[in-house]
Amino acid sequence: MLRKNKFFFPVLLLLLFIIMVLAIAFGAVHISGENMLGAIQHFFLGEKPGNIHEAVFLQLRLPRVLLCAITGAILAVSGVLMQGLFRNPIVEPGLVGTSAGAAFGASFVFVMAAKMSPEVKSLAGPLLVPLFAFAGGLLATFMVYSLAKNAKRVSIMSLLLVGIAVNAIGLSGTGFMSYIARDPQARSITFWNLGTFSGASWLHVFIVGSVAAIIFIISLRYSKQLNALLLGEEEATYLGVDTNKLKRRVMILTTAMVSVATAFVGVISFMGLIVPHVMRLLIGSDNKRLLPASMITGAFLLTLADMGARLLLAPAEIPIGIITSLVGAPIFIILLKKSNVLQQKGGYNA
Amino acid sequence: MLRTEKINYSIGKKKILQDITVDFLPGEFNMILGPNGSGKSTFLKIFSGEINDFSGSVLYADKKIGTIKKEILAKGRAVMSQQPELSFPLTVDEVVMMGRYPHFDFNPGKKDETICSEVIKRMNLESFKERNYLTLSGGEKQRVQYARVLAQIWEKPVEGFRYLFLDEPLTSLDINYQQEFLQIAREFTKNDTVLIAVMHDINLAVQFADKLIF
Repeated sequence: MLRKNKFFFPVLLLLLFIIMVLAIAFGAVHISGENMLGAIQHFFLGEKPGNIHEAVFLQLRLPRVLLCAITGAILAVSGVLMQGLFRNPIVEPGLVGTSAGAAFGASFVFVMAAKMSPEVKSLAGPLLVPLFAFAGGLLATFMVYSLAKNAKRVSIMSLLLVGIAVNAIGLSGTGFMSYIARDPQARSITFWNLGTFSGASWLHVFIVGSVAAIIFIISLRYSKQLNALLLGEEEATYLGVDTNKLKRRVMILTTAMVSVATAFVGVISFMGLIVPHVMRLLIGSDNKRLLPASMITGAFLLTLADMGARLLLAPAEIPIGIITSLVGAPIFIILLKKSNVLQQKGGYNA
Repeated sequence: MLRTEKINYSIGKKKILQDITVDFLPGEFNMILGPNGSGKSTFLKIFSGEINDFSGSVLYADKKIGTIKKEILAKGRAVMSQQPELSFPLTVDEVVMMGRYPHFDFNPGKKDETICSEVIKRMNLESFKERNYLTLSGGEKQRVQYARVLAQIWEKPVEGFRYLFLDEPLTSLDINYQQEFLQIAREFTKNDTVLIAVMHDINLAVQFADKLIF
């Protein structure tokens, strides 16, 4: 087991760095190391980019890869948090409706603001879109949680079933919004429901990045309490944890970061399932290590997936959600098989 | 000491507990006995604070249970409930360290590490402290949970008493471990610990208890 290996985190970080450089280099336009260094140099000297390659690097590739890494980290961390919350390894924001709710909230305000006036629209982009995404995500998550909760238990079966229903509501709402959008610029239904990083900008990087940074730090502070919760609510209470407060806070934090990311890149499913699963096999379930490890690995894997999205059918681009679902869904099935959800009648405690 | 006053509790129309007033003194091994469904565990849940909607009062050294913060209570009181379940892989020493959670903020201190290794040694868990908890047998799990609970209150508090509540701690254990468990519990009573165990094996109870409650 790698759980006490001190090289684990440095190696993980190195891998992330390598994949990010590769993701920057390869694409419709190839960017050499020279271009990257040159662009950074010019940027810090306050000069204009030296050539078109440097401009592509600064304005397109770099923000895209950064947004992608941050989003990957968010999705993986939210998977760990939700699984801790529901005390079940087969939960993630895409399955319990958070992402679909957030996408609906975002698309709703995006289309409605565009209908009102151009001024409202320009304001709506960076501010209202994440806010409405958060409202939609929270509403959906809360709905799934309270509908699936039966007395003191949350059975994973009912959770997944209610998740399907709420997902369907979210997706059809988003579909309706894209349908009534008059703005030719309005993003298509594919964008919201399958996710893409093609619209990434520095503004997105700053918004998503700062929300993520704050929430990562807070959730790391909760790692001990989340560990205690793994023993069960009663046990956690005896260890001094206010479980209701903890659950409420973790649910809000998770929803907030997933929603903000979803507002700009659309729904990307299964990342929150794959990463924690693999990390638990490698380093165990202690959240103090699992959270940072999932964060780095999530960033790594989504960057890799986005590289695939750009290169597999180049110059065309595959929506990234297709790639993550294609890889994630089989893992989801394996997990379902392993946990006996398909056979058993009862449920897990939550 | 722990005192319960006129505890009444019913689920629906069924009265589970009626007018229970007991003093549990430190230094005594208190055992609660009774047939299945007689409300033993419910009673334990009431004075542990897990069940709130009862009438009467529970006093920890003259303080009402509702007025004490959970974090404070957890520093001096440990509860071992019947079947703690875990659905994620954790190693044995990680589970034992959870007992120290009320005592440190983010990273365990030297004292916490020392206590954990002492408890692990005392419970003869050294040979499998790196093992995955999920792969253990029922009895082994119970020993690990006991170690976790003991680690929580291993050291004497600066003031006040320690409290140790055990809800049917012996169910999946071999006879030699049953003796061992109770022996360790007994050692705790020597040091100002309020010890209460819910049991159903009357023979073991008579052998170890100072006070029996039926």
